[in-house]
Amino acid sequence: MEQKTNTEAPKAYKPLDYKNNQPIRWCPGCGDHAVFNVLLKAMAALGIPPEKTAVISGIGCSSRLPYYTRTYAFHTIHGRGGAIATGFKTANPDMTVWQVAGDGDCLAIGGNHFIHEVRRNLDVNLLLLNNRIYGLTKGQFSPTSARGFKSKSSPYGTTEDPFIPAELAFGARGTFFARSIDVELGISQEVMEAAARHQGCSVVEILTNCMIFNNGIHSNITDREVRPDRTIHLVHGEKMIFGRDHNRGIVQDGFGLKAVTIGEDGYTLDDVLVHDAHCEHSFVHQMLAMMDGTDLPVAVGVIRDVEAPSYERAVAEQVEQAKQLHGFTCLRDVVMAGDTWEVK
Amino acid sequence: MAEKAKVQFRQSIVVRFSGDSGDGMQLAGNIFSNVSAGLGDRISTFPDYPAEVRAPQGSLGGVSGFQVHIGHGVHTPGDECDVLVAMNPAALKQNAQYLRKNGAAIVDIDTFTQAGLDKALYTTTEPYEELGMTAQVIEAPITTMVKEVLKDTGMDLKAQLKCRNMFALGLVCWLFNRPMEAPLKFLKAKFADKPAVYEANELVIKGGYNYGHNIHATVSTYRIQSDDVRPGIYTDVTGNKATAWGLIKASEMSGRPLFLGSYPITPATDILHELAKRRDLGVKAIQMEDEIGGICAAIGAAFAGHLAVTTTSGPGLALKSEGLGLAVMAELPLVLVDVQRGGPSTGLPTKTEQTDLQQALYGRSGESPLVVLAAASPTDCFKMAFQAARIAIEHMTPVILLTDAFIANGSSAWRIPEEGEYPVIKPNYVPEAIKPTWTPFMRNALGIRYWAVPGTPGLEHVVGGLEKDYNTGILSNDPINHAHMVETRRMKIANIANYIPELKLKGDPTADTIILGWGSTYGHILDAVNRLNDEGHKIAMTHLRYINPLPKNTAELLSRFKTVIVAELNTGQMASYLQSKIPNLNICHINKVQGQPFMVQEIVDGVKNIMMEEEL
Repeated sequence: MEQKTNTEAPKAYKPLDYKNNQPIRWCPGCGDHAVFNVLLKAMAALGIPPEKTAVISGIGCSSRLPYYTRTYAFHTIHGRGGAIATGFKTANPDMTVWQVAGDGDCLAIGGNHFIHEVRRNLDVNLLLLNNRIYGLTKGQFSPTSARGFKSKSSPYGTTEDPFIPAELAFGARGTFFARSIDVELGISQEVMEAAARHQGCSVVEILTNCMIFNNGIHSNITDREVRPDRTIHLVHGEKMIFGRDHNRGIVQDGFGLKAVTIGEDGYTLDDVLVHDAHCEHSFVHQMLAMMDGTDLPVAVGVIRDVEAPSYERAVAEQVEQAKQLHGFTCLRDVVMAGDTWEVK
Repeated sequence: MAEKAKVQFRQSIVVRFSGDSGDGMQLAGNIFSNVSAGLGDRISTFPDYPAEVRAPQGSLGGVSGFQVHIGHGVHTPGDECDVLVAMNPAALKQNAQYLRKNGAAIVDIDTFTQAGLDKALYTTTEPYEELGMTAQVIEAPITTMVKEVLKDTGMDLKAQLKCRNMFALGLVCWLFNRPMEAPLKFLKAKFADKPAVYEANELVIKGGYNYGHNIHATVSTYRIQSDDVRPGIYTDVTGNKATAWGLIKASEMSGRPLFLGSYPITPATDILHELAKRRDLGVKAIQMEDEIGGICAAIGAAFAGHLAVTTTSGPGLALKSEGLGLAVMAELPLVLVDVQRGGPSTGLPTKTEQTDLQQALYGRSGESPLVVLAAASPTDCFKMAFQAARIAIEHMTPVILLTDAFIANGSSAWRIPEEGEYPVIKPNYVPEAIKPTWTPFMRNALGIRYWAVPGTPGLEHVVGGLEKDYNTGILSNDPINHAHMVETRRMKIANIANYIPELKLKGDPTADTIILGWGSTYGHILDAVNRLNDEGHKIAMTHLRYINPLPKNTAELLSRFKTVIVAELNTGQMASYLQSKIPNLNICHINKVQGQPFMVQEIVDGVKNIMMEEEL
């Protein structure tokens, strides 16, 4: 192995440095292709070496992603990616961990691990690929499918309300939430890099399309013609402006939010809110994340990004403090410090 | 110190403390066993506490017990006790059955009121007759005397009554000629920051001791002589603590940091407690959101290059079975400790059984062989935890270590091992020479996959739950390859038989009959075998601690005997396993599934019955 010295410049990585030579098995047109390619770019841009990078997933179409990477990668069991990532990252905090999960993997069978991983603020970058369907098992409704959604396992329509991932993440006291769309490559890369820079559990929801079992599920907001009016790209410190003509904005309306046209009904640019992703209180972040594309545009970009102690660092720090506490160096020290007697 | 009226020499003595679960019986028993250990006795203890944290006071469900066996040749906490301390009528009712016929019961007679008898569901006003007791009963007015001793301390009544356990302890110390210094030293340390509490306890324990002296005319007392033990430094350990320490030792000897992913479950939680304390040694023990999270965190840590452990009991093992399957498939080292309890389902959470054996052997999807070990005593938990970790790391496999409530909570004196007593554990790292061409499922000559620790440049790789190609480690659905991989994983485990000790023969090797046990029944079976041979019934004995794979000589050794009696705390799980592995054996059974350990006499009687039937 080549040894780096301090005088050398840090090695620059290319996206292909993080990709292995395995054939990619996602269906043609699947949104996961785009997410994977952007992830490779984000990894290269971040410049963390492949050997310091881990990709951990559960089971599902999107969870196949680790098989295509040249990192320390682990394709685990359904729903358990978060728990396995927790052990992995806690054991070795020096690794940068990407977790990849689908909506069924993360929010149904793995729902418990998800909320606790978020609550603990484990420093992982959690890519939640939300296509609102079970693809690998060929088309059953998922916990993000809308009420009444018809599928093979709900032929008359579901009789239950869906989870909204952001709401769940905020309910679990998440410190980072971002959203993108599979076709928004630039925004996807931006939020992935921001997620990696955030020290804590970074939940990145990416709306993906399943060509085979749920084609067009997000098209009411993602189609090229409607996207500018039904989505808004939030950037910290910038005005919340959107629309084909960049003349629409989000303003405060009592305790809620409202989309207005600048220059109409007395609204000026000054009325438009400036995004503050670093605000400790999550109330406005939640309102922004819950905008659903009907009256208010769906928010993409980094919605919330606040500092808090990450779990694995806290564990590591406590270990260091505890070591100082008693000065034990080995098991024998511990045993001898207790009640002992000698038999001669 | 007072002169004793009578001193009776006995090889060993069993004392059972019992009372309400709030009465501090566990503490009294613990102090007594520590004091005895300090005098050089062999000790073995058995806490028997209720499932409810606090059942109604004075009720049968709230009775908590602690049995301690001290003296010579002690392998078990004892079947019957010589002295039973019962702090109330319920405790007497629950425990009178364990008292030897000519033993002695000490009761707090102040609690034997009509209300107290009613709460314990006595139907007459003559509790001893009702229970058919023939033992001597010492009716001590413990409550009254404790109040009297503490009347000038200004303590409220509730606080005073909390000291009743120390009165009983003082009385027991007097009975067994234990000097007061040792328990007082223990209490002083325990209540170092509460001097008033210490002083009250000191007054009460001395009161109990003096009370014992004052009634000496009516009591037979015993003195216990120290056992001859190997020289060294000793401490008292429970099986759970020994398990935790054995894992730490394995971490030290392997150079791999120790990680525990766990979830609280009776009776395994004390391992989590001990390892959580050991952050001071660098151990990362984390409590996860559920049992599945516990094993999955451990698997993540194993992938990260740690000695990874998860701890649980039967129902938790069921939840972890999918995780075990992943560890089998990904060929990662993992130790799972199952502290068995009464089942199925929630069952008898605080009681002991050996009913998880077949779950451990077979409870996974697909062909998923793994290593199963069992510890034979509280101190053996140290050794077997170390062995579990050694096998996991050196052979890249999950290992299940079975202990149970009986040895997990029971304690024995344990000699602290000297440097060099335990071997260096050698992780199967990727050899430097093959690094350039290494793929993740390359194996050494023994069929063991190499362990590439994340962070190492050039060894980035993918593992997972899907089947892989034998040669490249790349995903494969090929039918022949799958069959080959199944066989490879089977052989990897079978080959471990070459790296574990052979089965040893005890008792009379010329006998026609051998008794085989496994795990925590060792002490009881050994005592039974000694007793049978002393009585002229020829019997041999062997004990399994390595269950899968079986020691190499198992079939040969067992086949020497006309009859193999398998004694176990289930309905025959080991017997059917052995029968499937070694079909020609004539296997007979001694089984017990009551949530309680064997009694030596039950084994003796069982063997005699089988011998009689086999003669016919």
